[in-house]
Amino acid sequence: MQSQRVLVLFAHPAVQKSRVNRRLFAAAQSVPGVTTLDLYQEYPDFQIDVRSEQARLLEHDVIVFQHPFYWYSSPALLKEWQDLVLEYGFAYGRNGTRLRGKALLNAITTGGSEEAYARTGHNYFTMRELLTPFEQTARLCGMVYLPPFVVHGAIRMTHTAEVERAADDYARVLAGLRDGRVTTETAGSFDRLNADLTALGL
Amino acid sequence: MHTDSMLFHAFVYLAAAVVSVPIAKRLGMGSVLGYLLAGVVIGPHVLGLVGQRSGDVMHFAEFGVVMMLFLVGLELQPSVLWRMRGHLFGLGGLQVAGTALAVMAIGLIAGLGSRMPLAIGLILAMSSTAFALQSLQERGKLATPGGSASFAVLLFQDLSVIPVLALLPFLAQTAVAAPSETQAAQPGWLHALLVIGAVCAVVAAGRYLLNPVFRLIAKTELRELFTAAALLLVVGVSLLMQLVGLSAALGAFVAGVVLANSEYRHELEADIEPFKGLLLGLFFISVGAAIDFGLFRSQPGLIAGLVVALVVVKFAVLLLLGRLFRLPAPDAVLFSFSLAQGGEFAFVLLSFAVNHQVLPTSVADPLVAVVALSMALTPLLFLVNERWVQPRFARVRGEQRPQDEVHSEDNPVIIAGFGRFGHVVGRLLRANHVGSTVLDLDAQHVDVMRRLGMKVFYGDATRLELLHAAGAAKAKIFVIAIDNEEKAVELAELVQKHFPHLKIYARAAGRVHAYEFQSRGVMSFYRETLGSSLDLGADVLTALGMPAHQSHRAALAFKRHDEASLRELAKLWEDDGAYFTKLRQDIEAFESMLETDAARTYGDSDRGWDPIPAGDESRG
Ligand SMILES: Cc1cc2nc3c(=O)[nH]c(=O)nc-3n(C[C@H](O)[C@H](O)[C@H](O)COP(=O)(O)O)c2cc1C
Repeated sequence: MQSQRVLVLFAHPAVQKSRVNRRLFAAAQSVPGVTTLDLYQEYPDFQIDVRSEQARLLEHDVIVFQHPFYWYSSPALLKEWQDLVLEYGFAYGRNGTRLRGKALLNAITTGGSEEAYARTGHNYFTMRELLTPFEQTARLCGMVYLPPFVVHGAIRMTHTAEVERAADDYARVLAGLRDGRVTTETAGSFDRLNADLTALGL
Repeated sequence: MHTDSMLFHAFVYLAAAVVSVPIAKRLGMGSVLGYLLAGVVIGPHVLGLVGQRSGDVMHFAEFGVVMMLFLVGLELQPSVLWRMRGHLFGLGGLQVAGTALAVMAIGLIAGLGSRMPLAIGLILAMSSTAFALQSLQERGKLATPGGSASFAVLLFQDLSVIPVLALLPFLAQTAVAAPSETQAAQPGWLHALLVIGAVCAVVAAGRYLLNPVFRLIAKTELRELFTAAALLLVVGVSLLMQLVGLSAALGAFVAGVVLANSEYRHELEADIEPFKGLLLGLFFISVGAAIDFGLFRSQPGLIAGLVVALVVVKFAVLLLLGRLFRLPAPDAVLFSFSLAQGGEFAFVLLSFAVNHQVLPTSVADPLVAVVALSMALTPLLFLVNERWVQPRFARVRGEQRPQDEVHSEDNPVIIAGFGRFGHVVGRLLRANHVGSTVLDLDAQHVDVMRRLGMKVFYGDATRLELLHAAGAAKAKIFVIAIDNEEKAVELAELVQKHFPHLKIYARAAGRVHAYEFQSRGVMSFYRETLGSSLDLGADVLTALGMPAHQSHRAALAFKRHDEASLRELAKLWEDDGAYFTKLRQDIEAFESMLETDAARTYGDSDRGWDPIPAGDESRG
């Protein structure tokens, strides 16, 4: 499979306080052939340039939303980005076919542990259930929704070693996406992409 | 004291106006009737305070009509005038011809022959621009279809005076019509050429000469010089028109229309307006004083009958034409009521007719009285229309309301000062389809802005008349963006006093200036450099590595705290001791406040998301 063009859209409203995401984003930036964009740095006042964002989307095959899990969703700017950029006639609706065939992926850090995201845990719902708005967004735009990349218990990671391992996994997954090794065929059945990297041959 | 002295006369006229007009207004009669009654009271038949000279005064005061037409012209974009052409020539032409023929027919039936009645008909076809326009304007009816039709017809009448003057000698009793003096001097074609030349001169001067001249005068910053120039313009145009035998009012109107797009329009309006008001008032008073009650007393039946006949005939013709030209019924009635009187020109034409043996004095004299009385009836007719006739339509109507035509400037926002500051405000509004009327005092500036395609008017916004001319009464928001700090405060006070409905948004130079606004109750003030210094500060923070969104928030937080503290401090500004104590406290508290702010944002709220976070004290 030919190489895929990967775009990482990163959204964290307070990177200065981030431990995990900041490291993950640095890892993404180090992967050759992956485009990265820090949305809060680009649009500090939320004035998103819709045209240039759309153009950027057209130049890529895999779109990654990287963000901490905030109230079971994304930080505000990434929501704003969706509200503005995924226009009628561009992403969905009549003639809205420009994103068709591309892949969408969430790369998320959560405060809660993996066990917390289950019927028995205190978040009750699973990650996949909570991410259905993103999944349906992808479906509506004719995009393939990949299982999310999730780093659970991000608050608990006091040891840099843990963070480094997560960052390393992230870089490998991004490289796999770029090389066409991570696809619905290879990973579609996973709960999260980083559950078992060896199974993906990464 | 010498009762013929100029001061005494001025005193009598002014006193009459000042006393009677407010009373008339109070009684809901409009100012015109007030002036007229004042004239009757001081005239020879009641108090006898003004005598022979009231005729001269009337002549002088007629200049008010000229000014009025100049002002009407200023408010009329050439395009609007062009749209009126059908009414002007069609309706106007038929009105003059129709009235003349109707009077002639009556004369024929009464066995008076055709010549004299036709002459009388032509003379009586004229209506009074002064009475009709003033009454329409006062009631805000000039922009309605009925009002603009009236205006068109009045304009045509002004135009038709020239051919009527040419025609009258041929209607003389003695068939050998001696050519008139004015006409004898030059052949018809030359005269026509002169008239066209003069009008072209006015148009050309208005387009190419006046703006530079006004700019030069504006640069001297002598206000009275500008007023003088404005008056000079109107007087000059009138003189030129009289020279070629055209009506001065018509010439002034043309000059006005030519200047309707000029940046000096509002300033000209503001300058001429008071003169026009005074002169028109004077004119109405002198008409009142000149009404010949002697003649009325000797032949009351005849005069009253003629007045009624005049009004009825004119009204009937007007109503017929109004409906023929598809004016809605209420408008057709307004149109008919406003033009049913005799006009100023009738006086001129009557004396002209006597001089040329068209009419004997025994006919002309009663007609002068009839015309004057019919004019005096105008305000009363308006009252009748308003009180008893229009309400009937209102009951059956409820349909579409006509659009305003004459008033092009109904902008919700007025911006005073269009320098670096106001300019941005204006462009932002314009980009969002909000129209603003812009005033600026810097002639050069206005020039540049105009060249960039912006509608900027030259003028000193601290002048009340100018604010009126700019439409302050109708606007909603007033933006003070001038750079002169004292004037800005003065302007705020002026606006608050005269236009309490306007919400003021003011540019403040700095803290102290801001305090001055706040102490006057202007709460929407904006320190001119705050926004850009915060932008710069935030960018510096970002350049030094702070995440851009954090710098942005920091600047906004700074602004919020600073504005709040400013508003608190403003309350203490008068009290020196308390002010500085508070200022010191504020400065100290300020930074720690910002720090807490920053720390709290996306701070601790991540703690609860993991029920057993590592490093939590309870778990060890
Ligand atoms: C406003 C806010 C809302 C949050 N909502 C959730 C949530 O719904 N579920 C969860 O597991 N963690 C939640 N968290 C915890 C964050 O996901 C966690 O702090 C983050 O993933 C840590 O990554 P970082 O070090 O890159 O900031 C929330 C944190 C904040 C500040």
